[in-house]
Amino acid sequence: MSEAAVALHFNVDGEDFTSAGQASVQVKKSLRQLGIDSEIIRKVSIAMYEGEINMVIHAGGGEAHVLIYEDRIEIKLDDHGPGIANIEMAMQEGWSTAPDNIRSLGFGAGMGLPNMKRYTDDMKIDSVVGEGTHIVMTVNL
Amino acid sequence: MKVNELASALRLQSITEPDGEREIDGCYIGDLLSWVMGRAQSGNVWVTIMSNINIVAVATLADVSCIVLAEGVTVEDSVKAVAEAKGVNLFTTPMTAYEIAAKIAALTV
Ligand SMILES: Nc1ncnc2c1ncn2[C@@H]1O[C@H](COP(=O)(O)OP(=O)(O)OP(=O)(O)O)[C@@H](O)[C@H]1O
Ligand SMILES: [Mg+2]
Repeated sequence: MSEAAVALHFNVDGEDFTSAGQASVQVKKSLRQLGIDSEIIRKVSIAMYEGEINMVIHAGGGEAHVLIYEDRIEIKLDDHGPGIANIEMAMQEGWSTAPDNIRSLGFGAGMGLPNMKRYTDDMKIDSVVGEGTHIVMTVNL
Repeated sequence: MKVNELASALRLQSITEPDGEREIDGCYIGDLLSWVMGRAQSGNVWVTIMSNINIVAVATLADVSCIVLAEGVTVEDSVKAVAEAKGVNLFTTPMTAYEIAAKIAALTV
């Protein structure tokens, strides 16, 4: 496998709601500077934001890696949160366990994971209850 | 039509306007952030009553041309500051979402 031309790494803070989404905003900026096509940037931005916010809301934070290859962009999200018991159910539109205080901010529609699937060419979720969740999303260039 | 032209035509009150020259292209109404993320199109005017800090990142990443807060909703100074820093155009108006959308349609469609 070829090596990534550019690798970005972020620690996503699980405490701080006011800065949630900042890693995604930074990725968008970096992709722009690299001259990546704007439709590709939009896909990566949306998918990464949903994943980033999920780590903040549902998992107490985590880590994000964005790897830019010649033919694709990979977004890797790793957390040590509670895990997802039923991935099939979680992937359904409208399914959410977000608490009321989070819903009042506009989250909890149960559309995040479906958006991640919709805006990427490939998505793999590996989750173990009590251990954490690992997601790899790929957007082809 | 540009954001600043829309703002003056609809008498929107400017909260931040760092990129008034941006072209607008259609409109999306919604308060649930991942619906907006998934469905709003690049260049849309995003009409919402949601006013917490998270709207700034959503506007940036969904690449909307501006946020218009309906029903006279306003934001805290901290939200204003972040929107300004991130280059997000933000307006408020006493109009309902329906009235705003109808006027945008009358002006642009
Ligand atoms: N990283 C994660 N760790 C643990 N659970 C998760 C994680 N990501 C998602 N989930 C679970 O999957 C559900 C569905 O996630 P999804 O992103 O689709 O919706 P949501 O986050 O609840 O709402 P929205 O994304 O629309 O604001 C969540 O409510 C949560 O139960
Ligand atoms: Mg979500």
